[in-house]
Amino acid sequence: MFKWLEKNLPKIVMAPAVGLIGWFVYGFVLWTLYISFTNSKILPKYELWGVGQYVKLWGSRKWLIAVDNLLIFTALFLIFCVVIGIILAIFLDQKIRAEGILRTIYLYPMALSFIVTGTAWKWILNPTLGIQKMFRDWGFENFTFDWLVDREMAIYTIVIAGVWQSAGFVMALFLAGLRSVEDEIVKAAKIDGASLFTVYWKILLPMMRPVFFTSFVILVHISIKSYDLIVALTQGGPGISTTMPALYMTQTAFHKSQVGLSAASAMMMFMAVAAVIIPYLYSELRRENAR
Amino acid sequence: MQDSLKSSSYQQLEQKSKYTNMFLRWFLYFILILFASYFIFPLYVMVVTSLKTMEEIRQGTLLSWPSGLNLESWAVAWGGRGYGAGDTFLRPYFWNSIKMVVPAVFFSTFIGAMTGYVLTKWRFKGDQWVFLFLLFGCFIPFQAILLPMARTLGVLGISNSVVGLVLVHTVYGIPFTTLFFRNYYVSVPTELVKAARIDGAGFFKIFFKILLPISAPIIVVTVIWQFTQIWNDFLFGSTFSFGEAAPIQVALNNMVLSSTSVKEYNVDMASAIIAGIPTLIVYVLAGKYFIRGLTSGAVKG
Repeated sequence: MFKWLEKNLPKIVMAPAVGLIGWFVYGFVLWTLYISFTNSKILPKYELWGVGQYVKLWGSRKWLIAVDNLLIFTALFLIFCVVIGIILAIFLDQKIRAEGILRTIYLYPMALSFIVTGTAWKWILNPTLGIQKMFRDWGFENFTFDWLVDREMAIYTIVIAGVWQSAGFVMALFLAGLRSVEDEIVKAAKIDGASLFTVYWKILLPMMRPVFFTSFVILVHISIKSYDLIVALTQGGPGISTTMPALYMTQTAFHKSQVGLSAASAMMMFMAVAAVIIPYLYSELRRENAR
Repeated sequence: MQDSLKSSSYQQLEQKSKYTNMFLRWFLYFILILFASYFIFPLYVMVVTSLKTMEEIRQGTLLSWPSGLNLESWAVAWGGRGYGAGDTFLRPYFWNSIKMVVPAVFFSTFIGAMTGYVLTKWRFKGDQWVFLFLLFGCFIPFQAILLPMARTLGVLGISNSVVGLVLVHTVYGIPFTTLFFRNYYVSVPTELVKAARIDGAGFFKIFFKILLPISAPIIVVTVIWQFTQIWNDFLFGSTFSFGEAAPIQVALNNMVLSSTSVKEYNVDMASAIIAGIPTLIVYVLAGKYFIRGLTSGAVKG
């Protein structure tokens, strides 16, 4: 008995973690998947109902708006974060004075919660007392910046706040990538007469392909899951103009008590994330095995 | 003669490139500072707004300097006004968050250390798959587990309680803590462990005498990562708790959204700073470890 215990101790120690993840991750995802095929309202029902919830989901105007917003947000969030992140990383890489302080400033939003970020930007962007008033007080009488309360433009305020929070992180990833390149490569290129611009554009940035890939995966992941920021900044409004899938999911489940429909939307999010993550995991594992 | 001509034209060229270089340098700093002001602007606005009276807020602009060090809105945000119903303030929720963060960080870090240790130093057949099995938990969108989790907490009788949130954060922290410790212990030479085993040291003795003493850096990274994630969480907090048991981010959001007759932006900003200060302090004090965790575990987002 004691021998057996000793021999299997490592596995016994592993068991809680494996059990917890098996139950709370895999079991729960399967449960959600099953419920998405039932006609559950307030309480889950277990008779299968087919794909009705998915049909309902894709026929819902609110869901279509949510998906539309997600696409707009993801595209802009990605572009701005990556462009700003690369510019800052390359510029910081030029033996800058006070690099430490600048880096700290670029990255500190990452330490804040999206609720704090949303609260701050909501105050800054509110038309009566925020930026709009500031410019008007400075003499630009006709200056208008009321995106926060404009149905068409409100989604872009979420982009502004989101980029503010995450661009520094992309900067950190790229800076680490640039610093890991051998100096010799850059020196050799310079001796051959390449300008600094050419060195970056033709040599260093192409070498950063894995960093691009990682940033892409992380940013898309953040944007599919974005929930807190929208709650704090717009609550999905004005109207339902800034709804996103994560917000749709919780509202449908907990305010509208449409558990089956909500499960279907959760599964759509799950599949979207899987579509991005599985290729990423696959390539990461291959890289690790190749080492 | 020719030589000196050549060198003077070279000097001219160098002079010229020196000017372009200087210009580029200034441009570089200009852009860097421009972005720095974009990043610092909201924090500045938050701090000055929290120090103003509502009167000053209405009259001045976002950037205008407060008339003095007016800490009243901070007092209100932290301790309320002292009248009964409807007086929400952050103090109790701040403590809720502490009571939630400390055990959740401890348990998830401990479990992660153990699994990371087994996965690297007591390898068994199929351990790669077990790691992958756990790793996948880093990536799931939590919306896919929200509904069954709410029911489970109800069945266990710990919905709307700090205990429930500790459980949730511990469980969904395990994939990350395992990832951190596993990647760290992989680089510790296995010979060390083998030698100790030959000397008769057991499973726990090896962990506590050999692995743990050299684990300080990864423990710091893991604790900071978990602390930041759990402190900043809103999704779980707002779904599984309300009222008295809510953590600070939920309370902050409720305070800001509560539509009392007059919107008090100064109190809102003071509250936001209070909710953000613990993680900001950690970031400023241990930025290096913060970034290391971020780059290796950030897929959670």
